[in-house]
Amino acid sequence: MKYLVWGMLLGLVVLHQDFWFWNDGRLVFGWIPVGLLYHAGHSLACVAVWFLVTRYAWPTNLDLGSDPGEGTDA
Amino acid sequence: MTPLPLVIICVYLVLLLGLGFLASRMFRGTSRDYMLASHSIGPFLLLMSLFGTTMTAFALVGSTGKSFRIGIGVYGMLASSSGIVHSICFFLIGTKLWALGQRHGFTTQTQFFRARLESSWIGLLLFPILVGLVIPYLLIGVIGGGITINKVTAGTFAEADHGVPQWLGSAAICSVVLVYVFLGGMRGTAWANAFQTIVFMVLGVITFVVIADSLGGTESFFANLQTATEHVQRHAPEKLTREKIPQLLFFSFMMIPVSAGMFPHLFQHWLTARSAESFKLSIVVHPLFILIVWFPCVLVGVWATSASIDGRLIVPADLKNDSAVLGIMVSSLSGPLLSGLLTAGILAAIMSSLDSQFLCIGTMFTEDIVLHYSDENRFSDRQTVLMARLFIVGIVAITYAISLLELPGVFDLAIWCFSGFTSLVPAVVAAIYWKRLTTAGVCACVVVGAVLWVFFFVDSGRGANPTYTFLGMLPVVTMTACSTAAMIGASLITKPPSEITLKKFFPES
Repeated sequence: MKYLVWGMLLGLVVLHQDFWFWNDGRLVFGWIPVGLLYHAGHSLACVAVWFLVTRYAWPTNLDLGSDPGEGTDA
Repeated sequence: MTPLPLVIICVYLVLLLGLGFLASRMFRGTSRDYMLASHSIGPFLLLMSLFGTTMTAFALVGSTGKSFRIGIGVYGMLASSSGIVHSICFFLIGTKLWALGQRHGFTTQTQFFRARLESSWIGLLLFPILVGLVIPYLLIGVIGGGITINKVTAGTFAEADHGVPQWLGSAAICSVVLVYVFLGGMRGTAWANAFQTIVFMVLGVITFVVIADSLGGTESFFANLQTATEHVQRHAPEKLTREKIPQLLFFSFMMIPVSAGMFPHLFQHWLTARSAESFKLSIVVHPLFILIVWFPCVLVGVWATSASIDGRLIVPADLKNDSAVLGIMVSSLSGPLLSGLLTAGILAAIMSSLDSQFLCIGTMFTEDIVLHYSDENRFSDRQTVLMARLFIVGIVAITYAISLLELPGVFDLAIWCFSGFTSLVPAVVAAIYWKRLTTAGVCACVVVGAVLWVFFFVDSGRGANPTYTFLGMLPVVTMTACSTAAMIGASLITKPPSEITLKKFFPES
């Protein structure tokens, strides 16, 4: 699963170079340029993939030897 | 025009001072609390302060201005790419540095490099380079804030006046941020960042709706969006595509957000986290927040190319300073109340970066220079905090003086500043993941990056040419490739750090 998640992240890097919408000035819903909508969707895909990274590829040894903290969320 | 926008801006600045005063009541009196909030920041505050810190005038004023100039491609060039790259930096660099900082008590990047490379004098190379790169970053905020206040207040006192002068607006912003950083330290900064991030995100969305409604003129928001974009389709259709942006150049913009990996103020924010788990929310939600801020700004910038009142373009096509586009759109298309509120939102984004940067340069000065080169216990905590504050005032004064000169636009200035930081990122990545890294390797990385930065900057007419490229790409690609190669080469031919140090930094291997 860890490698699949990292593969998805790499896929996002590749999909960022969307040469297929380069000269496409079509408007989706009559107001969003298709190239802009694609990249907005790309941002949302990032949220999903980063969620998977934190769930399945999170390192286990980060908190070793650390002070658990003394305060609250402030 | 009514002075209402100016009044709202002033009220907002006073509110921030109040927040700093409140945070000062919780100040524990130690330099560690002042600089790192005693490692007490949880997931929500960490998310808001990391996001608020990385989004500056560049994100609002710069993105709108650049979209006005080159179209929708700006979103892909910097927003969606940051969604991947910033979170990678938080995950691969931030969490690791947090863990090392917790274990070994680092407060600054220089402390980390000194310990990792067993070299005291590496600090003398890193300190001026990092402070030198933070200054243009500060300039982005100082200039962006001054221009925005100037444009929004034009005509406040008389029909023909030019608004609050840029120098006065910039001075007011610097003063307010200085005061609340001094009062509240890192805790005040984190609170102010969270508050200001909420303010600029909410007001950013309201700006978008108000401008769309003004441009469309009907009661249906959806129809107004269509009308606003249809104007662009008729008058500047190329702004709805990326036909004016070479693909190689677009690709090279992916290197700009990499700079976050070496921002000294982000390093300091990372160390404030209560636990490694606190990073998770920031890593996941950061791209969504970028979408919420950048998407409206890019569309407003594109709409500005064709928006008109009574047949006259609101923003003239030959506008010299792209950074003024957002201020002009806001003041022309919203009423005085909203205009004031929206300006407060823009200033919130600017100040939420300036505060962290102010605090960070003070911390670097005291930790990396004063305390490092003085006897233990020579200075009390109070004296340390005082020295940090004096150094901050000095750097802010220099930055303010530079902001009065004629400089490139906010967007282009930011690209040069971020390029410098990106060229140093290989050093921090190698320090975390590559045992073979040596002092000579980091020196080579820094020197090659700095020399190439100066060369390209001068070659571009000191940043005056906004379309300057090298090999068809941003110079940052060449700078980073060369600094990486120099770092690897120099490390491989010099003696690696001792086993004791390597065990300290790579305990699991």
